[in-house]
Amino acid sequence: MVNSKSATGNKRVANGAVVPAPLPVQAQSKRKPAKKTKKAVVFFEVEILDAKTKDKLCFLDKVEPNATIGEIKSMFHKSHPQWYPARQSIRLDPKGKSLKDEDVLQHLPVGTTATFYFRDLGAQISWVTVFLTEYTGPLVIYLLFYFRVPFIYPPKYDFTTSKHWVVHLACMCHSFHYVKRLLETLFVHRFSHGTMPLRNIFKNCTYYWGFAAWMAYYINHPLYTPPIYGEQQIRIALIIFLFCQIGNFSIHIALRNLRPPGSKTRKIPYPTKNPFTWIFLLVSCPNYTYELGSWLGFTLMTQCLPVAFFTLVGFIQMTVWAKGKHRSYLKEFRDYPPLRSPILPFIL
Amino acid sequence: MNIYLIVFIYLFLNYASQNEDGSEVERTSRFSTTLPGVAHVPFLTPAVVQERRPLIVAVMSAAASGTSKAAHGDVAAKRKKGPGALATAYLVIYNVVMTAGWLVIAVGLVRAYLARGSYHGLYYSIEKPLKFFQTGAVLEILHCAVGIVPSSVVLTGFQVMSRVFLTWAVTHSVKEVQSEDSVLLFVTAWTVTEIIRYSFYTFSLLNHLPYLIKWARYTFFIVLYPMGVTGELLTIYAALPYVQKTGLYSVTLPNKYNFSFDYYTFLILIMISYIPLFPQLYFHMIRQRKKVLGHIEDYGKVE
Repeated sequence: MVNSKSATGNKRVANGAVVPAPLPVQAQSKRKPAKKTKKAVVFFEVEILDAKTKDKLCFLDKVEPNATIGEIKSMFHKSHPQWYPARQSIRLDPKGKSLKDEDVLQHLPVGTTATFYFRDLGAQISWVTVFLTEYTGPLVIYLLFYFRVPFIYPPKYDFTTSKHWVVHLACMCHSFHYVKRLLETLFVHRFSHGTMPLRNIFKNCTYYWGFAAWMAYYINHPLYTPPIYGEQQIRIALIIFLFCQIGNFSIHIALRNLRPPGSKTRKIPYPTKNPFTWIFLLVSCPNYTYELGSWLGFTLMTQCLPVAFFTLVGFIQMTVWAKGKHRSYLKEFRDYPPLRSPILPFIL
Repeated sequence: MNIYLIVFIYLFLNYASQNEDGSEVERTSRFSTTLPGVAHVPFLTPAVVQERRPLIVAVMSAAASGTSKAAHGDVAAKRKKGPGALATAYLVIYNVVMTAGWLVIAVGLVRAYLARGSYHGLYYSIEKPLKFFQTGAVLEILHCAVGIVPSSVVLTGFQVMSRVFLTWAVTHSVKEVQSEDSVLLFVTAWTVTEIIRYSFYTFSLLNHLPYLIKWARYTFFIVLYPMGVTGELLTIYAALPYVQKTGLYSVTLPNKYNFSFDYYTFLILIMISYIPLFPQLYFHMIRQRKKVLGHIEDYGKVE
């Protein structure tokens, strides 16, 4: 389950610290060709106030008109080293939306003395770090239960393995799923934001690790009961699971290819030659659809109520995300295909 | 006889409301609010949830609103279009009925005490109205969901379900605890609390809020809240041995759903959860009290 924001190739990782390029020459070369250096450059003055207390936090004079918010954040960081750029929210209005790092100073509705409001977003942590941590947990935890390390089950079962072959299959599927996620995090996903609030890592890890432990406990329990319909049920479930894993991966690749590395363009995703992406005709966020499918397959395979709960909770969260994403698509693109639903074709 | 008593109290309060300051400063006042959904806390106005909410409230609102920043507490503080005349009328009726219901319970308790001459076993005399009216509070979750009450569905849900849990899953289910004195303790706390709370909403809806009711709502909790919590905890504690013995509501392995649940452990976890929750909510209410009643004291000083 990946909240796949649209990609960026911009490798602003960790605390999102970006080395600023305040020199006009360098800044010029990064920009689109439209700007010319006039002989008399009108420098801007920038003052940054605290959004809540309206205290004057920083005053920058002689700011290039084509300076970006990102560069201003770096300058602000110099005077307030505790607020690295990733945790700065700069806005025109104390209660307004955050300005983007790419916004250019002279294109904003400000006079030559610009007043910005600052809000501390709190300690930040990179998306990549969070993803790696939250996905490694379930991988390891499940295996602890699978190998029946001591203090989980009655001592006579320590380091034994289940006699049911579906339990081995389930372990392989579960592990495959999280290895896939880890690899996607490292090599496939392109995150538009470098960071998220620090407290998210605790929230997310509790969710993933907690559920993984809960599910793994029952599946690998000595008193586990295999599916009622036996081999037939397991086979169908495995097919569903694999189908959706491939589908999910295909969507991630398709989304990655929407955006060349280094840009932050947002485009409507369309079906490609890969049949697994044809679901884009009906759904805005098919990665979530396939994820739901995978977990339904896993539920069927293990016939385990905690897995069903996990699937349900995940589905609810992904639906919330899908609806939000669908809404942003509709807002941003006039010609967005009307047939698409957020997550379930025609239904939701 | 009960009816006359109830009517009398109403007329009295209505009369007393003539000279009062009317609606509160921070409320939109057109429509009732269930408490802004701080669990177990009967005495909150919605607007004040915004201020430095305890962590549990913040977490629950965050959970409720998912990724969007709904924060229903904010909504309550702003001027919102009223729910309309029909919804207001319905809410007035709802709150009046609930107030009457809890008054019936109160009167029932008093009469039973006078008849028996002791505090023991009073639960049996009000068992049915208690179940009916406490369960009826589930409607308040619906009010939030539909939008005629500007509180968070999750927070309200949490509070109502915790009450319903105690009523049905503990007191009703474990018959042996019904004769415990701890039951009387929380029933009394709930009764007084709810009478004040529902009348508060009724009067607020009608824009005739007697200061007495507002004061009571923000003051009685100081005693009633710990009292109720004590009664609840003691009751759950009393139920434990019976739950363990009979395996009530518990599921063991092996079974075809590969699931297990130990109600005994669950009840212990519930009891433990009071430890972080209660102080947060209690001190939150104390802060609200300063905020709401503090204004009035200032006005007094000006004169």
